[in-house]
Amino acid sequence: MQAQEIYNKIEKQFPGKVGLFRGDVFDPHLNVDAGAIVDVCRYLRDDAETAFEVLSDLTAIDWTKKDDEKIQVVYHLFSYAKRHQIVLKVDLPREAPRIATVEGIWKAANWFEREVFDLFGVDFAGHSDLRRIMLPEDWVGHPLRKDYVEQEEYDGISTQRAPLVDKLLK
Amino acid sequence: MSEAVYPESEVFHTEDMTISVGPQHPSTHGVLRFVVRTDGEVISEALPDVGYLHRSIEKIGEKCTYHGYVPYTDRADYLAAMFANQGFCMAAEKLGATEVTRRGEFCRVIACELNRIASHLISVGTFGQDIGAITPFLHALRERETINDLMEEICGARLTYNYIRIGGVGYDITPQTCDKILVFLDHFDPIIDEYNRLLSYNKIYIERLANVAAITKEDALQYNLVGPNLRASGVKWDIRRDIPYSVYPELEFEVPVGHGEKGTLGDCYDRYWVRIQELQESSKILRQCLKMMPKGPAISKVPRKFKPPAGEVYVRVEAPRGDMGYYVVSDGTEYAYRVRIRTGSFTAMAIIDKLSRGIMVADLIALIASLDVDAPEIDR
Repeated sequence: MQAQEIYNKIEKQFPGKVGLFRGDVFDPHLNVDAGAIVDVCRYLRDDAETAFEVLSDLTAIDWTKKDDEKIQVVYHLFSYAKRHQIVLKVDLPREAPRIATVEGIWKAANWFEREVFDLFGVDFAGHSDLRRIMLPEDWVGHPLRKDYVEQEEYDGISTQRAPLVDKLLK
Repeated sequence: MSEAVYPESEVFHTEDMTISVGPQHPSTHGVLRFVVRTDGEVISEALPDVGYLHRSIEKIGEKCTYHGYVPYTDRADYLAAMFANQGFCMAAEKLGATEVTRRGEFCRVIACELNRIASHLISVGTFGQDIGAITPFLHALRERETINDLMEEICGARLTYNYIRIGGVGYDITPQTCDKILVFLDHFDPIIDEYNRLLSYNKIYIERLANVAAITKEDALQYNLVGPNLRASGVKWDIRRDIPYSVYPELEFEVPVGHGEKGTLGDCYDRYWVRIQELQESSKILRQCLKMMPKGPAISKVPRKFKPPAGEVYVRVEAPRGDMGYYVVSDGTEYAYRVRIRTGSFTAMAIIDKLSRGIMVADLIALIASLDVDAPEIDR
């Protein structure tokens, strides 16, 4: 199925919940309302024509442009049977981003969402095991955010130490 | 049953035991940890604990220029660095509409397939070792050593290659090296048979793997398994064939899938057997490439200040551990706005919790080995 057809299908099913479709880029993508993501995903998986049985990737981007600050969660959906893909994007506020989990639709989302929670601080409502995955439990901050500042020390060990080379060169 | 026969005071009481496997354990293939809850020899839960090798490679990608980031991608998967190079370069090329020279493409495929053989040798070798067969591991590593030498000749490095660059490859493969690769292949093809006699057809080995931790096709898709793990569950899907890139459409090769060779479809033995067959396929691809190698430059002219226009791209390559996805977002500057590396080991790791329930402790080791997870690739 062409991306345009997929978009038309979703729009017909969820009027007003989706938009900003771009079909003229490498990977056609569309925006989905944060509240509708679970329904849209379930529909795309279960519909016989779209049959997106695989969640290839789930990640996020931190946009810090003035007047357009947002955390964008990006879902890459793929279908082996139909050989097509679509990219869903959900815009969330940078302050306390929160979205429902899609773990119930694709099990792979469990770890993907844990990673996004860990590195971007997005809260996935209804997730069965939302813990940090890469960083220690007591780490402060979410490193993949653009305004992230590393904590000065962790567990009594400095995280920032001027390299000796600089001193030697002086 | 026993409770009915003996009075309660004499019932033999047992309780669950929680043990930590790893992070420094030979069978975990790198720095991984499992918190295993067992009732005797039977596992009731094995929770993977990852992150020991997290090096923020994705964050580094936002701080480096496109050219400067290529060496970092090596570190995403040290056993198959060539594919990590290629994935990122393909993403950058697609964003920047950069052509790759034809000879460059062939050099890439040769380097990648050599790398695939090396990586699969480690995989099947350590598989035997984890099960208790030490000798085949040494045989596998001996062959891999030759590949490392060849790689050193091609690009000067034995593990972290930084060979594939945006627009082509760093150094041309000389005719002398091509001859050496051919000599190696002539030597290597019979070795696969030898390896099969030594390990694959070994009765003990088969009994340890057949029917252990079978993954159904549905589960494989739900958990987004990729590469050999997916193919072992019966899904005939290879990115080289199905979403063709580079010069793969011109090359002939089979896509091996699992058939329940010695037991159930998608069991540990199928995953092992798919990899063995892929060794042969890689060898076939290499022979064709060496024959078809065109003349010309190995790299096209790429501006030193590489500034792709704003946009985003998701590129997949078929790495030894399956679909390696690079999601690169450009904002039109010299630095990528976001680099995301989606790896096969990450999703393979997540399925272990589900599969480990109810199997024996020794089978857990076989399961981890059969998924061929690679710690740096999980954590990045």
